[in-house]
Amino acid sequence: MNMHSAAAPAIELRGVSKSFSGAPAVRSVNLTAPHGAFIAIIGASGSGKTTTLKTINRLVEPDSGEILLEGEPVHASPPHLLRRRIGYVFQGVGLFPHMTVGENIAVTPRLLRWDEERITQRVAELLELVDLPQDYAQRFPSMLSGGQRQRVGVARALAARPAIMLMDEPFGALDPLTRDALGREYRRLHERLQLTTVMVTHDVLEAMLLADTILVMRAGEIIARGAPHELMNEHADAAVRELIDTPRRQAERVRSLIENAAAHG
Amino acid sequence: MDERIAAAWRVLPDYLSQHVVLSAASLALGLLISLPLTIGAIRSERLRWPVLAFASLVQTIPGLALLALFYPLLLALSAVSLRTFGQGFSALGFLPSLLALTLYSMLPIIRNGVTGVLNLDPAVIEAARGVGMTDRERLWRIELPLATPMLMAGVRTSAVWVIGAATLSTPVGQTSLGNYIFSGLQIENWVSVLFGCVAAAGLALVTDQLLGVIERGAARRDRRSIAAALTLLFAGIAAAAATPLLQQRSSAYVIGAKSFTEQYILAALLAERIEREGASAARRAGLGSAVAFRALANDEIDVYVDYSGTVWANFMGRTHTPAREVVLREVREWLQQTHGVLLLGTLGFENAYALAMRRSQAEKLGVRSIADLAARGSELRIGGDFEFFARPEWRALQEGYGLRFAERRQYQSTFMYKAVAGGEVDVISAFSSDGRIAAHDLIVLDDPLQVILPYDAIILVSPRRVNDPLLRRALGPLEGAINVDIMREASLSVDRDAEKRTPAQAASWLAQRAGLGS
Repeated sequence: MNMHSAAAPAIELRGVSKSFSGAPAVRSVNLTAPHGAFIAIIGASGSGKTTTLKTINRLVEPDSGEILLEGEPVHASPPHLLRRRIGYVFQGVGLFPHMTVGENIAVTPRLLRWDEERITQRVAELLELVDLPQDYAQRFPSMLSGGQRQRVGVARALAARPAIMLMDEPFGALDPLTRDALGREYRRLHERLQLTTVMVTHDVLEAMLLADTILVMRAGEIIARGAPHELMNEHADAAVRELIDTPRRQAERVRSLIENAAAHG
Repeated sequence: MDERIAAAWRVLPDYLSQHVVLSAASLALGLLISLPLTIGAIRSERLRWPVLAFASLVQTIPGLALLALFYPLLLALSAVSLRTFGQGFSALGFLPSLLALTLYSMLPIIRNGVTGVLNLDPAVIEAARGVGMTDRERLWRIELPLATPMLMAGVRTSAVWVIGAATLSTPVGQTSLGNYIFSGLQIENWVSVLFGCVAAAGLALVTDQLLGVIERGAARRDRRSIAAALTLLFAGIAAAAATPLLQQRSSAYVIGAKSFTEQYILAALLAERIEREGASAARRAGLGSAVAFRALANDEIDVYVDYSGTVWANFMGRTHTPAREVVLREVREWLQQTHGVLLLGTLGFENAYALAMRRSQAEKLGVRSIADLAARGSELRIGGDFEFFARPEWRALQEGYGLRFAERRQYQSTFMYKAVAGGEVDVISAFSSDGRIAAHDLIVLDDPLQVILPYDAIILVSPRRVNDPLLRRALGPLEGAINVDIMREASLSVDRDAEKRTPAQAASWLAQRAGLGS
């Protein structure tokens, strides 16, 4: 990396703005993710959270502002080289249907021209990491369940050992059980591999359970940021209070149900 | 076996092999051009519309017209090439057919390829970008492999179209399975027409199935079935390409024939005469009238029979109607001076345009000559062949007699006779030597003002064969040997529905009746 890397945060957005055909989607967003941070961006649909995320790996080019990874502007390298250094997982998964699971996982290492032996070894490692049997390497994506597919999606994103993971509603299409399990497993991977993760979700509970820092977006702006417990305390903005209160009320109702069940049991 | 089926089987190796080679070459060239265009259209939105619009436009041009358009185009190009490089090329036969069919093959390939890629799951495209592929890597590793089944379906459609449309290359002088259809239609040999259709359909079906095996093999990554199908496909093409080599007829005299019965018989007669002298003769039958003449002038065919009036009006562009001898003399001089073509001799009969009616109707209306017809014409319908109403004779008839009809229709000449016999039209533009005039009990109306040109049957010889002794020896005895009655009878024997003769049989009969022995 470069000389700033020791001091510079893993990800930094400075005054990033983006409009789509005249309509502003993101307005002057600032964001700093230190090494090892797990940041969740929450907000309603159309609040600009996905657009913000995609400026980081240049799937969206901002109109103004600056994006730095390890202190280095993302514009310093061509987008495809940048993206090979960043893991990207999204709700659609997008496994390549004509490739086996093994080939899907090996895509980025192949683009980086790793030798085949190293690739085979890496695929085996990753299958183990995302808790899939080794013989799945020869299967085609169409033979997998939704949860298994997203495990492969995560493995593919991790294949070339990125330091940064971008996740856009990664578990949004899964059933609640799988979703919870995959979320917790990913959190463990995040710790173990010392990743810096930015995750977009509209599920406040998921954000609170997984992330260290939560950013709340509305109409292209960040209206609140802080650790989950900080946001749980009274917040000045009514909309933020509303958003955060929902999981708290749900949690309280669940707790009373559990207590009732215990009393009658 | 029926003699007509046996005759069809005999020429099958020649027709089928040429059909296969033409179709395979067109499809290969089509793929070679379409694939880069498809990729261009996928990557550039600005290129997409013009490419698809052009390919669709080509598809709206009827196949026969597309083939016909390439002839004059290539002729002009050949002239330019001759002037620039001192080397021309044949504008007839394989080349125009190849180019037209190539254009014809492009639309399904391009359209399927482009739609196949543009309709891919957006999530897959986003993933391809997300993992760090360049546009080129995305195209080759993801988009094209995933669009391959769709692209292959396009190739299959294209192959079936090309094999079908290749039957239309007969009139520009390319032998194909279309020869069965065009000649069969002309001489009312429906066995031949059916044979051609079944052969073309069978070829299309087999090709489609083999390509289908490749397509499914590609989807299942089954290398063995792909290899097997490819082997069969290429073996078929190789066998077809090798067939003409085995037949050895490099120094053959090429005999041309236009697309009507009399021409088929006369071509067979010329061939028989040449073969009697120990030389071999190849035939290019079913040519359009102007195509035949230009082919002769360019040495692409060596000899064929034309008619003095056709040369006079169509090629020389004359509009007046002098006496027979004057027309013949001036035609002979013009052919010699402007094209180096030799008028070897006259056969002894005329095949002029004539107006004919059903005898019963003519008698009822009291019509005996064209002058009588002029008085009743406005109540009657006239049918002509494809060129009649564009010819100077028609203008001369209109101007000379003040002819006017209630309705005007055009037919392929076989159906023109059937139309007048069946009462669909009242008057037709018949040909004076045509056996069907007597067969359908028609009468030819007199031409008291002599506005119709004389049409003496003449043997024309290409510039390179002008001083060929064998040709003179073989064809010299035909001078004045065939009168209109035996020509009509020979034509009728081929056209009639029962006890049909093949053109070759009719030619032998004709030679015998003309006292040429056989």
